Amino acid sequence: MNIHEYQAKAVLKEYGAPVAAGVAITDAGEAESAARQLPGPVYVVKSQIHAGGRGKGKFKELGPDAKGGVRVVKSIEDVVSNAKEMLGNTLVTKQTGAAGKQVNRLYIEDGAAIARELYLSLLVDRTVGRVAFVASTEGGMDIETVAAETPEKIHTIPIDPETGVTDADGNRLAEALKLDEPAKAEMVALAKTLYKAYTEKDMSLLEINPLIVLDDGHIRVLDAKVSFDNNALFRHPDIVELRDTTEEDEKEIEASKHDLAYIALDGDIGCMVNGAGLAMATMDIIKLYGASPANFLDVGGGASKEKVTAAFKIITADPNVKGILVNIFGGIMRCDVIAEGVVAAVKEVGLKVPLVVRLEGTNVDLGKKIINESGLDVVAADDLDDAAQKIVAAVKGA
Amino acid sequence: MSVLIDRNTKVIVQGLTGKTGTFHTEQALAYHGTQMVAGVHPKKGGESWQGKDGQSLPIFATVGEAKEATGANASVIYVPPAGAGAAIEEAIDAEIPFIVCITEGVPVMDMVRVKAKLEKSKSRLLGPNCPGILTPDECKIGIMPGQIFKKGSVGVVSRSGTLTYEAVFQTSNAGLGQTTAVGIGGDPVKGTEFIDVLELFLADPATESIIMIGEIGGSAEEDAAQFLADERKKGRWKPTAGFIAGRTAPPGRTMGHAGAVISGGKGGAEDKIAAMEGAGIKVSPSPAALGKTLLEVLKG
Repeated sequence: MNIHEYQAKAVLKEYGAPVAAGVAITDAGEAESAARQLPGPVYVVKSQIHAGGRGKGKFKELGPDAKGGVRVVKSIEDVVSNAKEMLGNTLVTKQTGAAGKQVNRLYIEDGAAIARELYLSLLVDRTVGRVAFVASTEGGMDIETVAAETPEKIHTIPIDPETGVTDADGNRLAEALKLDEPAKAEMVALAKTLYKAYTEKDMSLLEINPLIVLDDGHIRVLDAKVSFDNNALFRHPDIVELRDTTEEDEKEIEASKHDLAYIALDGDIGCMVNGAGLAMATMDIIKLYGASPANFLDVGGGASKEKVTAAFKIITADPNVKGILVNIFGGIMRCDVIAEGVVAAVKEVGLKVPLVVRLEGTNVDLGKKIINESGLDVVAADDLDDAAQKIVAAVKGA
Repeated sequence: MSVLIDRNTKVIVQGLTGKTGTFHTEQALAYHGTQMVAGVHPKKGGESWQGKDGQSLPIFATVGEAKEATGANASVIYVPPAGAGAAIEEAIDAEIPFIVCITEGVPVMDMVRVKAKLEKSKSRLLGPNCPGILTPDECKIGIMPGQIFKKGSVGVVSRSGTLTYEAVFQTSNAGLGQTTAVGIGGDPVKGTEFIDVLELFLADPATESIIMIGEIGGSAEEDAAQFLADERKKGRWKPTAGFIAGRTAPPGRTMGHAGAVISGGKGGAEDKIAAMEGAGIKVSPSPAALGKTLLEVLKG
């Protein structure tokens, strides 16, 4: 789960990280009072969307010469006029795709006198199974570009979970970032603070780009991007409250209510599969036969008839779907449960497009019997290859 | 021969009394008499578990007691996600040699803690978020459907449960059969990696060829390819076919498995395929052609 920058900073501030004063607003009418709460004379007006590249992004409605999604201004009047220009418009960045994202919220922040811009993040380094810091002196830039062009400027420091961040780890980070006092001592403290926040809140990514050294030599978290481990949200009700569903696809929200792993794509063959690997492979084989998947959908291991019905409804609700492929290889998932769910869903919502069903594995004979005796117009497939060819042919013939 | 498990493996079940644990324990008992010897439940020690066909297993309050009483050398975990990390730790503390965690959705931070403990222990962990392991006609631990297996010569290792089944099904249909199929699981932090299983397959005389199935995210496939290439230079090699799921997955999206995400320009399918092909693994373009691809490799 992703949260906005202003929320991430609030979380980090609770742990004692140095962040600037700021106020989030959803209405341009609030801009002036927000700015008056800040010391000035420099203010930053920042679009709050769940995508990076905001500063270089462009507003669709404002034309190519308008300023981007993050603006530095020097008066309260300019805060207000920029807020009016930005709120409600659509910001297109390299991460939003061409459709962009509507800016429903701005964060008005105290400006900073920046001496240096650094990069710092925490993530789980899966090669060692530990939380690791990634640090670079090349802050404020696209870190993927830095990694590709100058990999020697990226330092990875894994942390032993039994000791947590030690002074030695903190000093290595400070060295990697070429910091002098007082920033050096502050970095050691910040590393401990960030590690505590990351592990206690079950984050999956904490990225500070940039971390800055101010003109006075102190450090500050200038931007913050935080994602959380969805599997750990059950123990963080406070974090769940930060979810902004306006940032998510409606079908994906509906799917998450039913505990289904669903991702909307732009093709026309709807897929319902058990298992993430097989679901991806099903998308791949559809592509291999010259068509495109409309979605990724893993119904999971312990799906009930109701869950399968919900999955089927989500797929059929997508107007782009011209055919549906159900591909089940039952292990923990039983084919009869899938079959019952599909039959129930078709009876409830109807079937306007071709449906190919491939069942294999646990209780396969019972599953096939349920489908065959349902009287529904279902194309049975012998195996994965047969299933993919049949659905692609049905959609192309339509 | 086989790897990790055989007909002498004695298995206890952590989370036996739930619906999932019960169903799959019944299936395991029915599979060539897999030695499921006991269940563990902190509040139900001294009671017994009954399967639907009249099977019965004793339940112990702790893994240590169950191991002591039964001589178990493996444990399978069906405990829900919130308690799965602690269940693995209990099995490590009881010095169970082989622990298989089926549970999906274990918080990554719990696995970071488990992994640190594991490294200092005598135990091997398979999973979490995996389908388990099966040696045909001998022993089934986990949730793989037994009826698709056939005793034979292919070692199967996979990050994906259902793609493991595809590989098994196709190699059975191709007449090759399997020595052992190992599902290592789709989580980013896990107990057993590709390299660990590949080493076992290379060392197992009955395993004549290998199918390795990876997916997007991380660099475990690249590491495994490098391992196989290095071993080949030492004269250790077995014909290997592979597949990578997620060629069509969009970057930045987690594709069901917590570990299946292309991030920061890394973990994409094409890099993995290139690394595997570079190491001499024949990568199947289609998940439906795993058996066929391996047959082609074997024909040379």
